[in-house]
Amino acid sequence: MTVDFVLGRYPYFLIAILIGIGLYGMTIKRNLLKKVIGMTIFQTAIYLLYIQGATKAGATIPVRSAELGTDAAFYINPLPQVIVLTAIVVGVAITGVALSLLLVAYRRYGTLDEDLLLERMKESV
Amino acid sequence: MSQIPVLIPTVLLLAALISLLAGLVNRRAGYATALIGVVLTLGLSLTGLVHIWMGGEPIRYALGNWLPPIGIEFVFDALAAYMVAIIMFVGTLVFIYAPRSLALEAPGKEGLAWPAMVLVLAGLTGMCLTGDLFNLYVFLEIAALAAYALLAIGGGAGAVATFRYLLIGAVGGGFYLIGVAFLYFSAGTLNMAEMAMLLPELSQSRAVQAAGVFMVAGLAIKMALFPFHFWLPDVYTHAPSAVAGLIAPVMTKVSAYAIIRLFLDVFPPGFFTEGIPLLAALGWVSAVGILYGSILAIGQQDYRRMLAYSSVGQLGYIGLGVAMANPLGMIGALLHVLNHAFMKGLLFLVGGVVRLRTGRTRIPDFQGVGRKMPWTMGAFTIGALAMVGIPPTAGFFSKWYLLLGAADAQAWTWFAVIIASSLLSAIYFFRMLEMVWRNPETDAAAQEMAPVPEGQTPVSMIGPVAILAVAVMVAGIMNVAIVSALLDRVVAPMAGG
Repeated sequence: MTVDFVLGRYPYFLIAILIGIGLYGMTIKRNLLKKVIGMTIFQTAIYLLYIQGATKAGATIPVRSAELGTDAAFYINPLPQVIVLTAIVVGVAITGVALSLLLVAYRRYGTLDEDLLLERMKESV
Repeated sequence: MSQIPVLIPTVLLLAALISLLAGLVNRRAGYATALIGVVLTLGLSLTGLVHIWMGGEPIRYALGNWLPPIGIEFVFDALAAYMVAIIMFVGTLVFIYAPRSLALEAPGKEGLAWPAMVLVLAGLTGMCLTGDLFNLYVFLEIAALAAYALLAIGGGAGAVATFRYLLIGAVGGGFYLIGVAFLYFSAGTLNMAEMAMLLPELSQSRAVQAAGVFMVAGLAIKMALFPFHFWLPDVYTHAPSAVAGLIAPVMTKVSAYAIIRLFLDVFPPGFFTEGIPLLAALGWVSAVGILYGSILAIGQQDYRRMLAYSSVGQLGYIGLGVAMANPLGMIGALLHVLNHAFMKGLLFLVGGVVRLRTGRTRIPDFQGVGRKMPWTMGAFTIGALAMVGIPPTAGFFSKWYLLLGAADAQAWTWFAVIIASSLLSAIYFFRMLEMVWRNPETDAAAQEMAPVPEGQTPVSMIGPVAILAVAVMVAGIMNVAIVSALLDRVVAPMAGG
């Protein structure tokens, strides 16, 4: 029973672990660039959640073919894929803005280490 | 008329693009095109508001003529009309105010600030108008990304503070997205109206309950509800006054709006109180946040930091009103969205005027400023009285509804928290009022400070401040009309269910 439960849903457990790794990186890591990496892992895990939810065994891409007809069971739901595509665009934009903020901070303070950065910010005020 | 829901964000998105291109050619043209877009949108949203106010039906617009649930739908109903009018009113005033403020506080970067400010407004109005759960996420991130760029415009410390906001914002947005995934895979739709019809049957499902928790938690993080507020004081302190005056009043409120929308129009009545005690948790977190924000505001020496901590407390009021789960508390929360947008906008803009005229931002340095700048500080006085909650300013009436709601819910601890927090805010605002109006000539310490230069505050800055000060009074006096024409219709699902 338990084994079936895990085997049937193992992708979700892997996604949950990825989300955990991402959150760990964002909160615990002291280097701000590693926080961005954590954020990217966190976002990617959410994309995988959508893809996993839309996966169907034995189904094909949602382009109508003559042999399979119009039965929806043979086709993968395209909407989650489109959502993920949009979410990836949003995620790339967030990463871009995050990196440019870090660039500004690095040029001003010469470090991306959180503790050192806070120290230098206090000195410069 | 039938195109209003989609025109509002579209005009703003177009204005942002044109303003960016025009700004490359000529800096003034960039500002002018952005301003035209914002004023046009204000006109559209007020036209729609009048239609709804007169008892008109909600306006629905199916994008690309793909009818929901297949296509995305934009809905201009009473709640959306109310929120969009608030956003555009405050947004337009800040826009008129901004050029002089940015020229001082972020010189040379105005050309990029205008498109970003218009994008913030486009994202926020889009969030209020969309009838699609995933589309709401997209608009949420449009507004957030533009806001990050604006808040970091001051450079250095502002960029570091904004980076922390970005991280916490990404977690909030991510949690919301996880919640949408669970809902979509349970119900098979993203349209809010369709979802509301399907969810009552599914409300016992674990996935739907988890979706509710993830979505509300994500939005609460975005809303800077205690204990996720830690980025807020740094960000508001380092941002230019005009930017803080735009972000502080409306940005966090729109995340609160999304929680209210989920609660009223998506999840079935009782879902958040019976199955999972999510609202009780929200209420207690808000209550702690109210006291925490009010107490920390007392200790602040920097004017903007004090306003930021007071915002943490004020956002708690909105959360508390929602958590009461009765129509009175919900009306109080919604009125507080309006009142706090006006009051906080007013106070941040006053701070910008004082900074322009005197270069002062620390509270002890405000001593005697009132004698030199009586009009500006008169507006500050109205804002401060409204924050404390003295009638007939707007702040009194939202607290009144919140108290009625707390009494109705038999939540006497929350009742006491609201009273206590009003007394605490009286401490920090009355202390400031005394300082501002005290005569500097008779005070040895004040005489040593640089004198306030003679001269006039530019009309483009004092005008919006004056209009907001009047609006704080008008919103207070008109509260009965606002409640009966708009908010009673908004909370109708609660009274019925």
